[in-house]
Amino acid sequence: MSRPLCALWVFMVLLGDRLASPYRPETEPLDPEPHEANSIVELEVPPELDGTMSDGELVPHHYPAQRAAKVVQHYLNTRHGSPYRWIELHRVNKASLEDLGQAGKKYYLEISLKEVISNTDLGQCSAEVLFSGEQDQGAPQVQCPCEGLQKLNTTAEEEALFQRLNSSATPLSGSNIPDSYGHIAPEMKPLWHLGAAAASFVMLKESNESTLYNMAQVANITQLETENGQLRFKYHVLLHDMISQEILHWKLLVSWSPAGGVSVLQTEGQPKPAESTPEDTAPTSAS
Amino acid sequence: MRKDDIMIAAGLVFLILCVQNIDCTSDKSMQEGTPWNYDYTRYHPVSEISDWMERVVTENPELVSSSVYGETFEGRNITYLKIGLGSEGVQKKAIWMDCGIHAREWIAPAFCQWFVKEILLHYKTDKKLNEMLKNMDFYVTPVLNVDGYMYSWINESTRLWRKSRSTPPEGCTCHGVDLNRNFNANWGTVGVSRDCCHNTYCGSGPVSEKEAQAVTQFVGSRVDQILCFLTIHSAGQLLLLPYGHPHISAPNYDELMAVGQAAAKAMKAVHGMDYRVGTSPDILYPNSGSSRDWARLMGIPFSYTFELRDKGEFGHLLPEEQIQPACEEAFEGALSIITYVHDKAFHNRTEIGASSVARAFWATVLASCLATMYLL
Repeated sequence: MSRPLCALWVFMVLLGDRLASPYRPETEPLDPEPHEANSIVELEVPPELDGTMSDGELVPHHYPAQRAAKVVQHYLNTRHGSPYRWIELHRVNKASLEDLGQAGKKYYLEISLKEVISNTDLGQCSAEVLFSGEQDQGAPQVQCPCEGLQKLNTTAEEEALFQRLNSSATPLSGSNIPDSYGHIAPEMKPLWHLGAAAASFVMLKESNESTLYNMAQVANITQLETENGQLRFKYHVLLHDMISQEILHWKLLVSWSPAGGVSVLQTEGQPKPAESTPEDTAPTSAS
Repeated sequence: MRKDDIMIAAGLVFLILCVQNIDCTSDKSMQEGTPWNYDYTRYHPVSEISDWMERVVTENPELVSSSVYGETFEGRNITYLKIGLGSEGVQKKAIWMDCGIHAREWIAPAFCQWFVKEILLHYKTDKKLNEMLKNMDFYVTPVLNVDGYMYSWINESTRLWRKSRSTPPEGCTCHGVDLNRNFNANWGTVGVSRDCCHNTYCGSGPVSEKEAQAVTQFVGSRVDQILCFLTIHSAGQLLLLPYGHPHISAPNYDELMAVGQAAAKAMKAVHGMDYRVGTSPDILYPNSGSSRDWARLMGIPFSYTFELRDKGEFGHLLPEEQIQPACEEAFEGALSIITYVHDKAFHNRTEIGASSVARAFWATVLASCLATMYLL
């Protein structure tokens, strides 16, 4: 009776396999060929200081291409961002840089994008970013025709939100979105996205090759009177610049309607609030 | 099929199902070995973390001890958990992990706690982990910048504090030093500010800050012992290797890259998140005075900065719902590096992804047996 014996052997093997690593989540398929030491990765030639390879080609995951790609994200959110639409850079696939001397530096990018709220893959887009060569540096100029954006349809939710806020008896207000725990009340999420879209105007304008902006938080939002068929809000947003690690305060006057999109009517950069030293930082016991 | 064949097959199926069920209940007994009712999927203030550390030691005396190795500017203890088997009076090789050097990066202390919890849950049943704990000690500091972390908990307006809480220097008006620019590693040369009001202020001199001194003294006196230095931050989804200075390359750059990329691959396998790997000047920005650079300069061969989730949507305000997935992927990344470092030191084995070899072995045995069963 060899079959039952072999079944027992199978059982022992399965038991052994289970006990060997009981909890780690299944990762990739089993690899029967262990990799050789130090030869698994095709290491690229170490890039020059500015991340340039030959012929202006850039390493896509190095910082120069990444910073330029982030600018494209800001640009797209000024055009397409809304309470129900937030576009995020997923990956930089290809990048190159053209030095235009006095005219500035032009980045050519192939990037993958995602619409975060509906988790829609927007596919690959080509983009060009021109950082001005001038001292006073205007906003970077961006071109990004992206067919994937046509997939997005958020009209229904936007109309519903518009009607609700337009006809509400009490003007909407809120603060600290997200809060310290990263939590956002569901009814405030669209206003958070709207704030991020509005902040993108500032982030786009303020961007250069030495910045990397994200919106850290909506410190405050207050709804104002609707004007010309547009909802209006006063926003106080906190921007984070990764390079300096600073938090920048901006006050924005924002208008929005489903048809009109997001507009920023006024901006005011705020100096950092004066440092406060709350008394209860002193330890009560060394812990 | 004969009746007894059917009986044996049924018995086999039943036994296999039983074994699988034993596996599943390990989630229910989350509390075993870890303090009761401690929620690893929430952010905790310093007082709760301190209590948790005490209970971890009390409830796992054979595995964990703790020690105070320094003091913050405001006089608070800086404490590590020392995790290892058979560590009494023995100087073992070690892994260093610190979290929360930057106050606002709350996911980092959350990860250190998660890391400890994972060890406590699995060290008895996971042979590899058990072996590594016998051969090495893990020094884990859940919160390094205690003053800053406590400050970030005061209210919403302090949440985004980054630095230490030392008093302003002469001629300047703002508190705090960027502890990760304060170490004695090309201090003050690049990626820093000399303005005490800035978030990358490197201090009045190298290792001017008590928190940096604590790490420097403790780790500095054990450089031959420590195989790997991991410092945990957020955000950006990056794995940074030394050095932060653009003109200096670590002698083992190739190996650091390969091991880092294997870790990133392991992290991506968990929830699909991309982590970029490289030196800071390549993938982020040049900087100096970081603890990672200092550790490598001291001769610790493997030194990495983990920048955990996310890529900017929430930034440092990472929602609590993301603590678990962020920690799960970070754990696989850290474990990947630690396993490599261990195997290199103790088995002279430098295959990347060695943990998959065991599974491959069992798969081959199973396949050969099933083939035999079919052919007989």
